[in-house]
Amino acid sequence: MTAARTNEAGLRADERLERLKLFGLSSPAILLILVVLVLPVGWLFYVSFVGADGQFSLENYERMIASKSYARIFMTTFKVSFLTTALCVLIGYPLAYFMSQMPERIANLCMITVLLPFWTSLLVRTYAWLVLLQKRGLVNDWAISLGLWDEPIKIVHNLNGTLIGMVHIMLPFLILPVYGSMKAIDRDFMKAASNLGATPRHAFWSVFFPLTTPGLFAGALMVFILCLGFFVTPAVLGGGKVIMVSMKIVSNIELFVNWGAASALGVVLLVLTFLILWIASRFLKLESITAGGH
Amino acid sequence: MKLKMMLTVTVAMAAFAAVAQDKQVTIASWGGSYQESQSKALFEPAEAKTGIKVTQETYGGMSDVRLQVQTGKVTLDIVASGSGSAARAGAEGLLEELDYNVIDVSTFYPHLYTKYCVGGDVFSTVYAWNTNTYGDNGPQSWADFWDTDKFPGKRAYRGKVAGALEPALMADGVAPEDVYKVLDSEEGIKRAIDKIRQLKPHIDVFWTSGAQHAQLMKDGEVDMTTGWNGRFDNAAKDGAKVKYSFNQALLDYDCFAIPKGAPNKDTAMAFLAEISKPEYQDDLPKYITYGPTNKAAYETGEIDAATAAGLPSSPANAAMQLPVSLDWYAKWETKAAEMYQEMLTE
Repeated sequence: MTAARTNEAGLRADERLERLKLFGLSSPAILLILVVLVLPVGWLFYVSFVGADGQFSLENYERMIASKSYARIFMTTFKVSFLTTALCVLIGYPLAYFMSQMPERIANLCMITVLLPFWTSLLVRTYAWLVLLQKRGLVNDWAISLGLWDEPIKIVHNLNGTLIGMVHIMLPFLILPVYGSMKAIDRDFMKAASNLGATPRHAFWSVFFPLTTPGLFAGALMVFILCLGFFVTPAVLGGGKVIMVSMKIVSNIELFVNWGAASALGVVLLVLTFLILWIASRFLKLESITAGGH
Repeated sequence: MKLKMMLTVTVAMAAFAAVAQDKQVTIASWGGSYQESQSKALFEPAEAKTGIKVTQETYGGMSDVRLQVQTGKVTLDIVASGSGSAARAGAEGLLEELDYNVIDVSTFYPHLYTKYCVGGDVFSTVYAWNTNTYGDNGPQSWADFWDTDKFPGKRAYRGKVAGALEPALMADGVAPEDVYKVLDSEEGIKRAIDKIRQLKPHIDVFWTSGAQHAQLMKDGEVDMTTGWNGRFDNAAKDGAKVKYSFNQALLDYDCFAIPKGAPNKDTAMAFLAEISKPEYQDDLPKYITYGPTNKAAYETGEIDAATAAGLPSSPANAAMQLPVSLDWYAKWETKAAEMYQEMLTE
């Protein structure tokens, strides 16, 4: 009896010690997150409630309700992010599928062409698109000389140009996780499906596609969230008419005498993003994304 | 005796060395061809003349100064700034008051120096046009800029409120001298913004930097734009088909200020006194087509008649323009910027 109890106590002590060790091992990471993430976000939250006179105030939030432009800027931000994500899925998924079905050598070549622009500066790629798409840019010049259209058409300095630039920059973020989840699928599954009488199309939609959804959702989510904070590309390719939250944050820092006016925008964007993630998690299994390929 | 003299000399030299070592300033400006011009015309010659050692930096504007002053770690002694943001920074308590017993502004244009900021150069916000599209007879007034029947073509306009409302009111028939009176109310601001709203379908780009509006004209992306005159001259030098007019343009200036708590405040004041003298200011137009703020610079003989005729602050050109009102910006800019943004996001 006593021996059993000692044993039990000893086991519990061991367990506690192990937990403590694990905590000790992860504490640098926890500390890092605390210092570089939690504290600044907390500070941001606090500052957003400080008015121009240095006192507690709701003026930074009241301003967002009073002026219609803030609601429109948030709408633009989510619209651009959503459209970019949708286009990335439409273009990226078939490409990833193509790559996953090709022999290794061709797939690797495709992978390099996907990754190459990924290693080029975002600013350079954005200005390159401006050069290509502007009124007297290469695209218009060639199209006119080929007789596709007679007058230069407006492709940039608007929403279209912004989307072209952003989709190009975001595409690798979608292709990589989708390709990963496709490569992880056992090819015998498809053979089994056709063996059981499924047409190729049926096999694709009922076997292959569902197995790739975790990768697809992970990629789409990553693209969407990265888009929310975009600054350079919409600023350069949007012609000053596609105004996203990050651009308004910068102009508020210049315009108002306190940081709160800018912080409040950051807080609202953060809260709205969490809200969207929460709603998404109601419909999709978010855990399956963090769990990886399967 | 000999020893005593040596001692005196040594002490004097040590004192001199200490003074010389004290005499240094750190200046921040906007970089690029603008700061290069300032450096060649003002900073380097003044450094050689006074022995004040100059360290140059670039910075991001008054928000940098705000950060330095608020954290108590001021490293900049002199900053170059737009007149409007300097006025607001001064009102906010971020700048030292300038001592006009030290800095001689007796021959300055009136309104080109304030309690906190002394003018360094004069520039204009003008309308510029593509000479391929309109030839030499481009728009000659803001009403022409708005007249899309007489001058069909795409426009670019400023994406910020500064310098955006005054032209709209002039296009709407307000006399230049009445522009700030009309703008001195929310209705007046709304009237100007409504006028821009009317032109908006023809505005392809709302520009956000001087480099951008120069590039737009170089590429022929738009046929007409607003912008800063010096940039268009530089673009024309690079072969851009661009011309501009000073008629009804907005006369504005850049200035120098001293951040609150600057480490070398007194030296900075003396240095500002030096570079405000006509013999420095008359060299600036050699490097960029921005005019002197000190009228006496036109009388030294350094600025020839042809150069003077092209400068924003030459008497003939200045007479055609509307001087920008800092008081209006101090009072209304924040409110007007919010209203302007609303129009932009529609």
